Amino acid sequence: MSAHPDMSVELAGIRMKNPVTVASGTFGYGKEYTHLVDLRALGAVTVKGIRLQPWEGNPLPRHVEVPGGMVNAIGLQGPGVDGFVRDYLPFLRETGVPVIVNIWGTSMDEYAEVAARLSDVEGIAGLEVNISCPNVKEGGASFGADPRTVSALVTAVRRRTRLPIIPKLAPNVPNIKPFAQAAAEAGADALSLINTIPAMVIDIETRRPVLANKVGGLSGPAIHPVAVKLVWDAAQAVRIPIIAMGGITDPKQAIEFLIAGATAVAVGTATFIDPTTVLRVIAGIENYLVRHQMTSVKELTGSIKA
Amino acid sequence: MHDLIAKVLTNEPLNADYRCLALDAPAIARAARPGQFVHLRVTGLELSALRRPFSIYRAEGDRLSVLYKTVGRGTEQLSRLRAGDMLDAMGPLGNGFPLGTEGQLPILVAGGYGVAPLAFLARQLPTKGIVLIGGRTADDILCTDDFTSLGWDVQVATLDGSRGENGLVTVLLDAWLTAHAMQPAEFYVCGPYGLLRAVAERAAHAGARAWVSLDKHMVCGVGACLACVQRLRRPDGSTWIARVCRDGPVFEAGEVVWEEPK
Repeated sequence: MSAHPDMSVELAGIRMKNPVTVASGTFGYGKEYTHLVDLRALGAVTVKGIRLQPWEGNPLPRHVEVPGGMVNAIGLQGPGVDGFVRDYLPFLRETGVPVIVNIWGTSMDEYAEVAARLSDVEGIAGLEVNISCPNVKEGGASFGADPRTVSALVTAVRRRTRLPIIPKLAPNVPNIKPFAQAAAEAGADALSLINTIPAMVIDIETRRPVLANKVGGLSGPAIHPVAVKLVWDAAQAVRIPIIAMGGITDPKQAIEFLIAGATAVAVGTATFIDPTTVLRVIAGIENYLVRHQMTSVKELTGSIKA
Repeated sequence: MHDLIAKVLTNEPLNADYRCLALDAPAIARAARPGQFVHLRVTGLELSALRRPFSIYRAEGDRLSVLYKTVGRGTEQLSRLRAGDMLDAMGPLGNGFPLGTEGQLPILVAGGYGVAPLAFLARQLPTKGIVLIGGRTADDILCTDDFTSLGWDVQVATLDGSRGENGLVTVLLDAWLTAHAMQPAEFYVCGPYGLLRAVAERAAHAGARAWVSLDKHMVCGVGACLACVQRLRRPDGSTWIARVCRDGPVFEAGEVVWEEPK
């Protein structure tokens, strides 16, 4: 038995040395954690959401801790396409690690324009299309609430880019399958799921919502079983690969996602608590493969006995 | 910046509400500058609990100390740690205070445990100055010996008059400004937002510079999550959104676009 199983995966044409990336919004633009995490160890880096112009995000408070995780309403603060390309992309390009850029807009035209603009620069491996952020009034989740809208949006983005496009789906739908199918049929190369789950926390002394945005998105270990179920459902509905995320804190949760049908996984909120979680997850998956005498991580994907 | 497992050396009460936690954290202690903070993962809280940021109070050799008030779940659990317990410490984080300007008298203004980073600063400033410390009651006035032992002038105000002047710490500041209108001075401030804003207004009026350390609820501590942000003004009048944990926590008061009191 080889001591080193093959950890590489190919996801929508993106060659990843291992199946582990970071969830958009939890790793900044890659620079912020370089003191603690060697980015070259990751399968890919997924950066925070970018729209066409710089965006200031929501007022404070933007987060609140809850049992099993946190609720956030950052509101997609970001530097815009030009700011990202100028201030962050050169550094990311130098690392050589595949870069997935999360994109959003307030209109289908804006999504498509952002995709087109990012297709014209070197060093971007793929676009994660955010149609599920619960924290912006326009854009975000409103484009993910109906399979026909998902289809129209993916079609619009598809026309303007040759980069792999990876819609990030919302978890709060009665049935994920029509959404996954709509995205796949419209030309999506892969799917990301799940985004945070819409949530709310009230201060009982003041009787006011804790977040300035009133509502936010729940992340952390609490949402992991929800995400596993949605990944399992989606994996049965489509043939395109899935990047799974939601509550990974240890290798175990990442391996569950792979077994449920994911090709790759993303570590999110856990990074805030232990920045090296992503490295522990990579090592833990490899150990699992050795222990189960598997030669490649691809054997794990969809290996569920159910 | 380092993330390491630190051993608790002491965790002593200063009085009923406040404690001083000292850690064996060599890499962090040796790199620490006044105004920087350390992000602690409180041992004993659930695994999904977020880290808690604390201003650095002392950094001597391998020993790193912070002051804290028991105000919630995190600090309550922190207060239960004993010598020999281990906890995960990340730091030093943030930018820290500048270490004085020649010809300017340093005036430190503290509200409550905001005095902690200012005591660290006083030990490193080349010039002795004045420290004004405010609190609700005498129990909220900490670290006065740190400053007197360095030969600093210490003035105290409490809201209930139980120690020093009666009233807000700005009473002391206004008195000093009136008596020393021509004295070139530079202000260093740490405390509640309202105090920072009040000192910023007075410094601007006096044509003096003030360095304020902002306290905003943080998540990642390194500038990745954008939970702790503050609007700043550029010299050309345009504004931008800074990250308190990464671009601060110390800002020049004139840059800050102050939020109105609620």
